[in-house]
Amino acid sequence: MNNKLERILPNVQKPARYVGGEYGQTVKDKASVDLRVAFCFPDTYEIGMSNLGMRILYAVMNQMDGVWCERVFAPWADMEEAMIQNDIPLYALESGDPISDFDMIAFTIGYEMSYTNVLNMLRLGNIPLHASERKGLSQMVFAGGACMYNPEPLADFVDFFCIGEGEEMTPEILNLYRKAKREGWTKDAFLCEVCKIEGVYVPSLYEHIYGDQGELLEIRVKEGAPKQIRKRIIQNLDTALYPTEGIVPNLEIVHDRSNLEVMRGCIRGCRFCQAGFTYRPVRPRSPKLLQKQAVEALEFSGCHEITLSSLSTSDYYALEELAGGMLDYCTPRKISLSLPSLRADNFSRELMLKLQQVKKSGLTFAPEAGTQRLRDAINKNVTEEEILHTCAIAFSGGWNSVKLYFMLGLPTETDEDVLGIADLVYKIYQTWRENASNKKRGVRIHVATAFFVPKPFTPFQWEKQITPEEYLRRTKLLKANMPAKFVEYKYHEADLSRLEAVLARGDRRLGAVLEEAVNRGCRLDAWDEYFNYSAWCEAFDCCKIDPDHYTVRGFEEGELLPWQTISDGVSTAFLSRERKKAYASETTADCRSQCAGCGANCLLEGGKCNA
Amino acid sequence: MRRMRFQKTGKAVWMSHLDTMRLMQRAFRRAGVLLHHSQGYTPHAYVSLPIPLSVGMESLCEILEYELDAELTITPEQINKVLPEGILVTDVYESDVKTKHLCLMDAELLLFYDQGIPEGCVEMIEALLSREELLIEKRTKRGPEEADIRPLLKSYRLERSGEQLRIFCTVCAQNPSLNPMLLIQAIERYAASCKPDHCRCRRLEIYDENGKVFR
Ligand code: SF4
Repeated sequence: MNNKLERILPNVQKPARYVGGEYGQTVKDKASVDLRVAFCFPDTYEIGMSNLGMRILYAVMNQMDGVWCERVFAPWADMEEAMIQNDIPLYALESGDPISDFDMIAFTIGYEMSYTNVLNMLRLGNIPLHASERKGLSQMVFAGGACMYNPEPLADFVDFFCIGEGEEMTPEILNLYRKAKREGWTKDAFLCEVCKIEGVYVPSLYEHIYGDQGELLEIRVKEGAPKQIRKRIIQNLDTALYPTEGIVPNLEIVHDRSNLEVMRGCIRGCRFCQAGFTYRPVRPRSPKLLQKQAVEALEFSGCHEITLSSLSTSDYYALEELAGGMLDYCTPRKISLSLPSLRADNFSRELMLKLQQVKKSGLTFAPEAGTQRLRDAINKNVTEEEILHTCAIAFSGGWNSVKLYFMLGLPTETDEDVLGIADLVYKIYQTWRENASNKKRGVRIHVATAFFVPKPFTPFQWEKQITPEEYLRRTKLLKANMPAKFVEYKYHEADLSRLEAVLARGDRRLGAVLEEAVNRGCRLDAWDEYFNYSAWCEAFDCCKIDPDHYTVRGFEEGELLPWQTISDGVSTAFLSRERKKAYASETTADCRSQCAGCGANCLLEGGKCNA
Repeated sequence: MRRMRFQKTGKAVWMSHLDTMRLMQRAFRRAGVLLHHSQGYTPHAYVSLPIPLSVGMESLCEILEYELDAELTITPEQINKVLPEGILVTDVYESDVKTKHLCLMDAELLLFYDQGIPEGCVEMIEALLSREELLIEKRTKRGPEEADIRPLLKSYRLERSGEQLRIFCTVCAQNPSLNPMLLIQAIERYAASCKPDHCRCRRLEIYDENGKVFR
């Protein structure tokens, strides 16, 4: 091991995250590969190693002969300081080599609040920040991930983006790059070619023109570049690579268990949820294959816990069959099965009781809004009756704690809706009193409210965000009316969500702000201890950009949107229809009950959804 | 009691005590051997590492105690195949020696001096280690407290090895134990000029109260 590193590691928290060497990592001989990719996750090791997308693409890239993909994570602040002091550039875990030595530097970006980490990691790796400053073919920076449907704020820094699912696109890109490297192409020649791969967006081929008010006037498409970039999807998940032999971390990570992705996409269509639209259409894996993959993953990793994950696992069409088969395998082996994101409506009592045999996990609901009217407006199709019914089953089965998630500041929300939350919480308490199998243990109801952030590619993409002051007023109103004794109420920071709203619908002008923010020390923004709002405000001031332009202003339906070049397959006309239905508190059926004609079927060969 | 002896070196030294336990629990499963589990709501696999090893320290003599249902066995080959870099099982055996007999430990400290070993350093360290009392500051719940570690240091030997200085020592392993790294703290306090720029520490062997290798 590097001598400098050995000296600083004793003085940093959790040094195991900085050395690699875990069971299951891929090590190749660097002399025998022709392409090295530094695969960066713009947050800590514990978060990144819990990310399914990263695990899949790590396997996809390393499966290619002649390609070696290694992992890179953002160092925690103590490590960052020690690295700077000791002149240790950001390095990849497998080889320990600095990322500046790599051909390609890839990022997978899942949330807006990690944008500063992207810049900071490039900086720690001594990589020129601006795409235009990197002249050669090496150090090619590209990015994909769940929040890259509007990548504009990062357009100055990233050479190209991958829109949609990466399993097939990534090898195509890597192979083109190897050809370019072999044949000695220029960077421009490569970019002009890579933009022809479906799903690849090269921002430098699109010029954004702004007016004096900061409004986007025009997007000029350079010759040869596609007018629109449509996201890529995997047609059949059963034949897509799934890494059952993944890395087993040497320290505890956030999701410290095996993970099975039962399906992609969601049949629901909650109007606030970006993933619910951008992952369309829903594509399940078959239960037989999942069962096989589960056994392989568990035997390889030695985990004693496995999660069936997806955006809404209880909508998986063969859940009973899969969970039954899994329990037969897991129970004698003392493996616990967890099912996150179970919905209240089709919650099966039998399943819940079975799961309880293995492990008592918490009960969680996300009604998102306090009244039926508002739940209808956001198309969160869960009723109070369903929630209370599920709670009654759970309480009589021995559960004594419930977590509830809501949002404040949703379009059309009034004080009545806010107070509706307190009302629902009280009814849950009463349900506990009537049904608890053991009242002596008491009950805990945890309530959390988030500050609504309008996201692109949703029916609320044009909506105003309410002001932080108004949001805080609503949290106070709720707190004052919440039955205090058995409830723990927490609300998200207003400032963070305001900034998230700016970045989510941000345009290219924000590149300068991001750079200024990083210059002022911003990074690890998703972590309370490092989020520095005043530094961000200074960065906006310094660039003469008003954050309100992206938040309280709202966007006109006719306005040219910064993310208009990108399509996730869902039509804007559909989003607009959904928005009108929200105003009328009208719900839309889920994809299984009745197709709402969103347009995402166009992504499927044959053009027909199989929800 | 079932015991497993293993080495922890290289990248694995950065794993904490708890992480090492979790790693071993998983390694058993990977090897296809289910550890004995407790009854109850959250079944718990019993494993124990009787003398915690600090993060950053190497060891050639770690002991893992575990329970298997009577009919099961495991071999070093089986488990080594599924362990990460730096963890190597050297022996698997049954023993009726109780853990409390694990009393003494040999360790080695390697002291690095970037400007070369200071003049008179060996003599000064020898002099301080031969004192009757070696006070160091320990952090406790009540705040910092002075503690005398000299009684826990059973023997020592200094040796120059190229640019480094090596201290071999035998220390108490349990009730109470002495973390050999505390000797560096003592050097800092009593002979500041001999403070190394960096120090590596490694456990070499463990013994019972009679000086026999503990098994
Ligand atoms: S086309 Fe219809 S079924 Fe397919 S995702 Fe859209 S709404 Fe759902």
